[in-house]
Amino acid sequence: MLKLLKSTAFRLSLIYLAVFAVFAGLLIAYLSWNTWVIFSRQLVDTIDAEVQGLAEQYRIGGVLRLIQVIDQRTGNPSSSLYLLEDPQGNRLTGNVASVPEDIWTAEDVSPVKYQRFNESAASRHEALVMVFKLPGGFRLLVGRDIEERRRLQDIVWRATLLAVVLMVVLGVGGGYYVSRRILARIDAVSATSREIMAGDLSQRMAQSGSDDEFDRLAGSLNTMLDRIERLMHGMKEVSDNIAHDLKTPLTRLRGRVEAALRAEPTEEGYREALETTIEESDRLIAVFNGLLMIARAEAGASGASFGGVELSDVARDVAELYEPVAEEAGMTLTVDAPATAIVHGNRELIGQAIANLVDNALKYGRLAETTEGGALTVTVRVVNDHAEIAVADHGPGIPAASRPKVVERFARLEESRSAPGAGLGLALVAAVARLHGGELRLEDNAPGLRAVLSLPVGAANGTAVQAAK
Amino acid sequence: MKILVIEDDREAAQYLAKGLRESGHTVDLAGDGEEGYELAQAGNYDVLVVDRMLPKRDGLSVVMELRDNADPTPVLILSALGEVDDRVKGLRAGGDDYLAKPYAFSELVARVEALGRRRGTTEVETVLKVGDLELDRLAHRVQRGGTTIPVQPREFRLLEYLMRHAGQVVTRTMLLENVWDYHFDPQTNVIDVHMSRLRSKIDKGFATPLLHTVRGAGYMIREDEA
Repeated sequence: MLKLLKSTAFRLSLIYLAVFAVFAGLLIAYLSWNTWVIFSRQLVDTIDAEVQGLAEQYRIGGVLRLIQVIDQRTGNPSSSLYLLEDPQGNRLTGNVASVPEDIWTAEDVSPVKYQRFNESAASRHEALVMVFKLPGGFRLLVGRDIEERRRLQDIVWRATLLAVVLMVVLGVGGGYYVSRRILARIDAVSATSREIMAGDLSQRMAQSGSDDEFDRLAGSLNTMLDRIERLMHGMKEVSDNIAHDLKTPLTRLRGRVEAALRAEPTEEGYREALETTIEESDRLIAVFNGLLMIARAEAGASGASFGGVELSDVARDVAELYEPVAEEAGMTLTVDAPATAIVHGNRELIGQAIANLVDNALKYGRLAETTEGGALTVTVRVVNDHAEIAVADHGPGIPAASRPKVVERFARLEESRSAPGAGLGLALVAAVARLHGGELRLEDNAPGLRAVLSLPVGAANGTAVQAAK
Repeated sequence: MKILVIEDDREAAQYLAKGLRESGHTVDLAGDGEEGYELAQAGNYDVLVVDRMLPKRDGLSVVMELRDNADPTPVLILSALGEVDDRVKGLRAGGDDYLAKPYAFSELVARVEALGRRRGTTEVETVLKVGDLELDRLAHRVQRGGTTIPVQPREFRLLEYLMRHAGQVVTRTMLLENVWDYHFDPQTNVIDVHMSRLRSKIDKGFATPLLHTVRGAGYMIREDEA
């Protein structure tokens, strides 16, 4: 209960309730005051009219006629009050037993407490009365009982009270219900996050499926968790890989140096050992850089170096860079990039990704001893909202079952163990693709491999693409 | 050349200084950002080699302040951070070149010398000459001994870069960066293949070769004194 009182939703509903109550109170007060005023004015008008009427009767027939008319009027039960007294203060006629003496000096319509006939002296009733002095010392009192007005006031008061009580009950109840519901959902989110913080990253926020604010919040949190989980997984993978694939060459390096130290000390021997040591450490550095680059690409770049990149230009640049190598290897490298395909990204990373694909095609695309085995093509196409750079060879290709595996870090197929490389090329391409919101697809080129780097056109930030144009 | 090395790793700094002195340069060392800034302001150096992460004051802020004071001394930034973003930040801060650790000493010397040379020749000549080889930047023409040699646009830029650094070692990564504008490691010997193509165009059939391979470092174009 205490928690409920502390909840924002409950406090909000209490504030709303208070504001609404004050407003409703003011409205009712205004209305009843107005009713009171109108009602009072009506009473005064009625009394006034009656006084005028009686004065008219008096003018026509004197006191006798007046007594006659008053008697006639008091015969029927009504809320009208009359009292006629002679100059000595004796009651001539009327339906009022007694009134306080000081009322006779009142100038205007005034409230008074009067006593009725056949009622005890203690019982008093309220009325509005007006005094009219007749020539000769006679005085006439005309009035109206205002019990009716009082009753109306009571009704209004009771209705107001009931409304306020109902409002408070409904408001507090409603606030309680709403905050209970919201609290329950927030509590569920907190509970899940506590479990996640305790280490169970596979937990996800429950969604009700109503697509309200809470569902959207839970959805965003889940997407964030997916990403965190992927990053954690990637980090674990990297450390595993480092343990295995960097320790092995380091052991080899150390062994070689030790062997050189143990061997016959000749300058030539030492020189050779040192040179291989440098070569080996350069290879290690290259692997290390590759791993870092993949990790950075997967963690998501800061975006500082992102801009509009024309893929056809990059593809032509890279092809031009590798073309002499292809020629030397007895292969041909042709570019088919007629379209302008601008994506929002990093030119360096995209360039490196294409270079890796071309490099792979040069290394593995010529293993088949066919006539057209040496033809490599780089094509750039825009398919729907994606720009696709495809590097195709006519080599032996990659069996469909092995394709997901070759994209992993340090993955190398048995068939290609002998070729140089650390097995990071495609992993980097895939990481670059993911960083740009795209993907790397490996397809069958029948025969050969067709590696497609597919990037969303102008993704992530439309303004940067426009700026590039 | 007079070179200031601002590097907090004592061993690396000593080894760097030793190597640079052996290549015929005068070297001063500074161990932190404050000292480095003081020396750089007072010393009138030809090239500054600045490590990015330094005690007391980081390397980028040293470079930025020098540039704010309109000090044009060429700066080579050294850093363990070699990613694209880091390089962009380093160059934006006012660095002229950026070298990621770990680096080969030959790479560093080649870059330092390229930077030092650049200071002397601010105005760019229209015709570059090495021996009897001539490159006309305006006419886009390459001639050797009066004979015009047809070259591809990229080969032209490659040759232009080499000739502007005639007599200096130019590394493979420097070529990739300056001629192709890419900073990654191409894994394969792509640059070597381009160079051998270029060599066959400008040296083939001539008595003296101009384009030389410097073992373990890179390439150099020069008139053979021998």
